[in-house]
Amino acid sequence: MAVDISQFHEMFFEECKDGLEIMETGLLQLSSDPEKKTVINDIFRAAHSIKGGAGTFGFQSVSEFTHDLETLLDLVREGKCKITQPMIEVMLQSVDCLRTMIDQLRNHQELDCSKSNSVSVALRAILNQAQGKNCERNDALVAQDETAENNDKFSYQIKFKPSQDIFRSGNDPYRIIRELSELGRLTSKVILNDLIDYEKINSTECYVSWEFLLEGDALDKNRIEDVFEWVIDESEIDIKAVSQSIPAVIEHKEQTKENKQVKSVVSEVESVVQKSAVEKLPAELANNKIDSKADNSKSSDSRSIRVNIDKVDALINMVGEMVITQSMLSQLSKDLSQDYHDVISGLAQLAANTRELQETVMSLRMMPLSFAFNRFPRLVRDLGNQLNKKVNLIVSGEQTELDKTVLEKLTDPLTHIIRNAMDHGLETVEERLAAGKSEEGLLELKAYYEGGSVVIRVSDDGRGLNDEKIRKKAEKIGLIREGDVLSQDEIKELILRPGFSTADQISDLSGRGVGLDVVKQNIKSLNGTLDMQSEQGKGTTFTIRLPLTLAIVDGQLIRVHDSIYVVPLVAISESLQIIPGNINRLAGSVDVYRLRNENIPVVNLSDLFGFNRSAKSGNALSMMVVVESNDKKIGLVVDELLDQQQVVIKSLETNYQSVKGVSGATILGDGTVAMICDIHDIFSMSVLKPEPSSGRNDTSDKFLAA
Amino acid sequence: MSLQTIQSSTVVDSFAADHKLSDENINQYLTFFLAGEEYGVDILSVQEIRGWEKTTVIPNSPDYVKGVINLRGTIVPIVDLRLRFALPVLEYGPLTVVIVLMVKDKTGRNKVVGIVVDAVSDVYDIDHLKVKNPPDLEYSVGNTYISGLYNVENKMVILLDINTLLIKATSLNVVDVEN
Repeated sequence: MAVDISQFHEMFFEECKDGLEIMETGLLQLSSDPEKKTVINDIFRAAHSIKGGAGTFGFQSVSEFTHDLETLLDLVREGKCKITQPMIEVMLQSVDCLRTMIDQLRNHQELDCSKSNSVSVALRAILNQAQGKNCERNDALVAQDETAENNDKFSYQIKFKPSQDIFRSGNDPYRIIRELSELGRLTSKVILNDLIDYEKINSTECYVSWEFLLEGDALDKNRIEDVFEWVIDESEIDIKAVSQSIPAVIEHKEQTKENKQVKSVVSEVESVVQKSAVEKLPAELANNKIDSKADNSKSSDSRSIRVNIDKVDALINMVGEMVITQSMLSQLSKDLSQDYHDVISGLAQLAANTRELQETVMSLRMMPLSFAFNRFPRLVRDLGNQLNKKVNLIVSGEQTELDKTVLEKLTDPLTHIIRNAMDHGLETVEERLAAGKSEEGLLELKAYYEGGSVVIRVSDDGRGLNDEKIRKKAEKIGLIREGDVLSQDEIKELILRPGFSTADQISDLSGRGVGLDVVKQNIKSLNGTLDMQSEQGKGTTFTIRLPLTLAIVDGQLIRVHDSIYVVPLVAISESLQIIPGNINRLAGSVDVYRLRNENIPVVNLSDLFGFNRSAKSGNALSMMVVVESNDKKIGLVVDELLDQQQVVIKSLETNYQSVKGVSGATILGDGTVAMICDIHDIFSMSVLKPEPSSGRNDTSDKFLAA
Repeated sequence: MSLQTIQSSTVVDSFAADHKLSDENINQYLTFFLAGEEYGVDILSVQEIRGWEKTTVIPNSPDYVKGVINLRGTIVPIVDLRLRFALPVLEYGPLTVVIVLMVKDKTGRNKVVGIVVDAVSDVYDIDHLKVKNPPDLEYSVGNTYISGLYNVENKMVILLDINTLLIKATSLNVVDVEN
């Protein structure tokens, strides 16, 4: 074909990804409910799509691999064989193989066939077994193929009668014949029995049919069938293997009625799935489709479109610009006299519209957490089998939505936490029974909105953190001295350190001690927090808190000397006027403010940010903004509190690099740039090294408590 | 070609119209003055030329990073080349020029950075075969950034490798002489 179809490859890969997910979810469902017909249909359709698409784009290995899977699914679908657990297992493995193959194709890598070959063999074995049990009619054909396959060489007799209007669907018998001839040595015989009078011939119709004999070594029936894939529903096709020991004769063999029935059912399914050809939809299949739609909460035909993410990002950027312009106009309008009240009210209306537009556009990038959660049932199942543990995974709140980039960065940390729960938290059946617990462990994955954040909780009813073990390990490594007592908080901190693990053995999954600190980092990079609660013997709960949006922040503008900064409102605990008498200088270097019954370290942003201002903090006219992070507070000295407004976060990393203490920049109403303070960084930047006598030589974020 | 302070960004168009660029070895360079010397940068990396405007300072940044400006909605860092080359500073005035360049970082991503120079000079067709290597002197900070020396009309133009110059300048990960 002259058209370059490689531009559609990406689309095909995306659709394969979706199809494989449907297959996997379906197979897992079948695992607990093997009779669900609609699920089987879904899986079959997905497999068939993938096979068809792969064939179109010339991805032979994918197409061939999927063919067996599809055949097996077809048999199950027609009730000709029952689905069993080993079957599901092999099919799940096939899905994995396909995933790998698609990835490799996507990255233009060499296909690694070792795994797929062994899975293929397993598939074939099951297929043969399933078909062997089957004493239905089409077995005659299959058996013949199999016996034929037992001989080393065999050829195929193919009868091909295209439908009269085959050309109308863009198909050309010659192309098909050409393709056929590439498979081996082709001898053909044209049958002109159906030719009508020359005067009456319509050149857009086909009146001929053929009989072929295809000879060669290692011919594959699947491959031959694939040649006819596009026309199988419009034409009569009969492919029969003959052993080469029998003299090859092209004969007219009557198609058995049963074969025709089987073929027509298969072709009807194909016509539904074939995307490009214009086919009429058999009413019967339309009914099937409606059934499955009612079942799925989210079918692939739902009202959505695929949009390139760059377009969405561009849209979000532009809306961000609009917000800036609109707030600039609002600011200018404050100076307008009341004569212009029409303009003023128009601008107020604009502000409301802009806010709504902004919210809607931000929601474009929101995706339900189910995208991250859907891999966990499989993971828990596999891990449970591997570790010999019985675990019931309950997922709730998966419809909770998050920004796409946040979601993508969340999957790794979540996976790690779940692995930890499976590996360390939950006990084996014997242990649980001995502890008086139920045989099956409970792993709960819950998501919900709270305030301006999304909360994700992973809780298990397993062993819980072993305080003593942790303490001992810390002592052993030398992090604490013998006999030091650790508070709950400190124990948690220890676990989150890189390299720390109380696992007796390093398993494949975990125990190396590299996991939880990376998890914490990942979550921190999303401006989120990770919290952990545990009770020995009862279980552990991890709580992740993430902000809902990335790009817009409600901020308090402050002035420190000549610079304007933005402090995120969520971090501000209170703002107050400094009473000079309440400031005490500790050990000559640290200022502390006495606020009610707390002592809050005082931080001067100019000093922190390296601006050479030596003004002593605590000027009577100064204000202090008390900010809080992880239950700790510090007070920022500012010269003036300015407006509170929503600011659009502009990245510093795009053209510069990330700056400690600053999470980004924003453009103010007058067009100048202001830095947005990163409160978490400011806390760690104002860390005071602990006194040497405490024996702790780590530099975690602890404050010198007064 | 006479010296001019060019305030618009049509320099590439007008020059291209006057000269035919048929030879593969010839690249066009925009040159500017800095402390009496003439330096050149590949004109394809020049995005625009602006006057100086007040920057917002970046916390804990080196002295040669003057800060960032708002360039039509993007945050762009401004580097003072005099300070970068450890030369004495000039006061900024209405004639101070900022050349906005597009450079590529290590991962191949495009970054927009502005440099403060004394004045813009000209655009030259530079034949790569005639570019000489800079002398191998150890002490000078500037050396790693100089891609070559070129003689034109009785003067010497110092060609800069701005990718190295600016990515190093705006990336504190690299241990630098000044730090």
